[in-house]
Amino acid sequence: MSFLSCLISGISLGSVYAIIALGYTMVYGIAKMLNFAHGDIIMVGAFAAFTVVNTMGLPTGLGILTAVVICTILGVTVERIAYKPLRGASSLAVLITAIGVSYLLQNLVLLIFGPTPKKFTSVIDLPPLQLAGGQLSISAVTIVTVITCLAVIVALTTFINKTKMGQAMLAVSEDREAATLMGINVNSTIALTFAIGSALAAVAGVLFCSAYDNLDPYIGSMPGIKAFVAAVFGGIGSIPGAFIGGIVLGIIEQLAKRYISDQLSNAIVFLVLILVLLIRPTGLFGRKISEKV
Amino acid sequence: MKKRYLSLGLAGVMALSLAACGGSGSSTSDSADTKETTTAEAAADESAAEEGGEAAEGGETAAEGATFKIGAIGPLTGAAANYGIAVQNGADLAVKEINEAGGINGYQVEYNCQDDENDTQKAVNAYNALKDWGMQMLVGTTTSQPCIAVLAETSVDNMFHITPSGSAVESISEPNAFRICFSDPDQGRASAQYIGEHGMATKIGVIYDSSTEYSTGIYESFEEEAAGQGLEIVAAGAFTSDTNTDFTVQLTECKDAGAELVFLPIYYSEASTILKQASDMGYEPQFFGCDGMDGILTVENFDTSLAEGLMLLTPFSADEEGSQDFVAAYTEAYGIEPIQFAADSYDAVYAIKAAAEKADINPEMSVSDICEALKVAMTEIEIDGLTGSGMTWTEDGEPHKEPKAVMIVNGEYEMQ
Repeated sequence: MSFLSCLISGISLGSVYAIIALGYTMVYGIAKMLNFAHGDIIMVGAFAAFTVVNTMGLPTGLGILTAVVICTILGVTVERIAYKPLRGASSLAVLITAIGVSYLLQNLVLLIFGPTPKKFTSVIDLPPLQLAGGQLSISAVTIVTVITCLAVIVALTTFINKTKMGQAMLAVSEDREAATLMGINVNSTIALTFAIGSALAAVAGVLFCSAYDNLDPYIGSMPGIKAFVAAVFGGIGSIPGAFIGGIVLGIIEQLAKRYISDQLSNAIVFLVLILVLLIRPTGLFGRKISEKV
Repeated sequence: MKKRYLSLGLAGVMALSLAACGGSGSSTSDSADTKETTTAEAAADESAAEEGGEAAEGGETAAEGATFKIGAIGPLTGAAANYGIAVQNGADLAVKEINEAGGINGYQVEYNCQDDENDTQKAVNAYNALKDWGMQMLVGTTTSQPCIAVLAETSVDNMFHITPSGSAVESISEPNAFRICFSDPDQGRASAQYIGEHGMATKIGVIYDSSTEYSTGIYESFEEEAAGQGLEIVAAGAFTSDTNTDFTVQLTECKDAGAELVFLPIYYSEASTILKQASDMGYEPQFFGCDGMDGILTVENFDTSLAEGLMLLTPFSADEEGSQDFVAAYTEAYGIEPIQFAADSYDAVYAIKAAAEKADINPEMSVSDICEALKVAMTEIEIDGLTGSGMTWTEDGEPHKEPKAVMIVNGEYEMQ
């Protein structure tokens, strides 16, 4: 029973990682850059929802919507101002810019909201699901997170495979120059990717804070890093890979905490990443890209 | 052209970061340090001027305008801000009262509190700023780790150092340092004794923060004492500052092991998350915390009904007899009920006053002479403070008083 409840809390944690990882993986797949500020967009989303729902007392739905809108605008703005000018620059320069954006966002929120930790009231007000006579309980947030995650994956996959915009994204991810030659507007495609990734981040922020109710300007950084690991684990650029990677990572973390050591759980998570990269450098679902000489 | 701008920008960034490094408090760093302290000084001067003005009206006994300068340090912002603000206000209130009553040995007292954000480097910066201001005695720092860092400086300067709430053993390991609160091992022992003597539970679960000295210190002494009290620790879960969002695994361990009481020797912000997750799991043991739990009711948007029935070991309670005047004055001045940390720092200032009167010191003496005199006097005084009656100190700086426990009932502390 203890194993099962550990597994469930692992899935719960993993599904949040998965939603965050989706944003990482999409942006990487299409823009070929690691958006390290992604974790902080999550934090901004959570703060936006917190302000609307808890401070202003407006309905939850409106809070989520506001968070999504604010994050989308923020994501596109950041891309336009910070990343677009560096389109031709080395990936290291873009990476460092992303880290800079991450600190900028953290400190802006710190300045606006102050550093006192806040409690986020869960947006899902449902009783936990009781199984096996109350010995096993699955919180409503977990169920909603997993369902949301699956829905997002289905929607994203459909979008990419069935729409023109989605096909344009695929083309850009395959070969940016060729896509340009075929008449695809690379800039707007990348902007769209950031918009979608950031909207997902807003949803992830609301769900993450609903599950773990602490809210402060740094909440995005650790889940952000873990989700990045999940994305690499599943094969960066692959949408199902991000989902599987997130869930597996969450389960490994919780089981390690329970059966190996509370304190080493993070170390074990990163050890797994190293092992995966040694054995399968492209991750579980990553595509092999052959270098042409 | 673009590249030139970039390199200029980068050079600027580098210069800035160098300056930031320099400001980390070593007394040898020059340019950055002066820059930082001038603003702090300006602020300090202003407040000193104001206070001085007030003092001149209030006390006519002050000889030739000489004043005692008491400094305080604590996290006024950041995750531990509740503690620091309480310490700032508590000491401020005590200083105001003392000044109205004629000061210490006839001299008025000036007071200045600096922010350390619960960061060791910033605490040392704050200490240097206070030294430039002319501080003679330090009430601080509020939290253990910064206190250890500042102690390294005060012991060199031989500055009298009394921490209201730095509870790590090392926080007062030098002869110039004293404290008002219990040390971590004392809190751990007292908790185990309280639980054992009151027969609250026999099967105990513990969740502690292995990345802070405060939490591990309490846990270790609790574990030692538990055996003697007939308590069995059935589960012990740890977390670190990187893994402080999900406690379901630790709570499941406690639940599965049948723990009737879960001991939480941790700070309130994590504790509030633990209470929420336990309630989501449908696990309702007795929760028991130490002084770090104090402040849990003030977390923004926290559902206080989750803390109902929570017990904590604290030497101070707002509804206790004898603290009513303090609570009323504090609430009126700062618009919030005092927590233990406020009482601790209030007592710290009065301990300084008692010792200063015993040793008959005056502000003309050097910092080191004041410290030498107070060090001896501290072991000779006995004060009835808010955090305990008949408080005495030993040479090692440790206080001696009775521990008390409170329970949260209807969102208020109730004395047990």
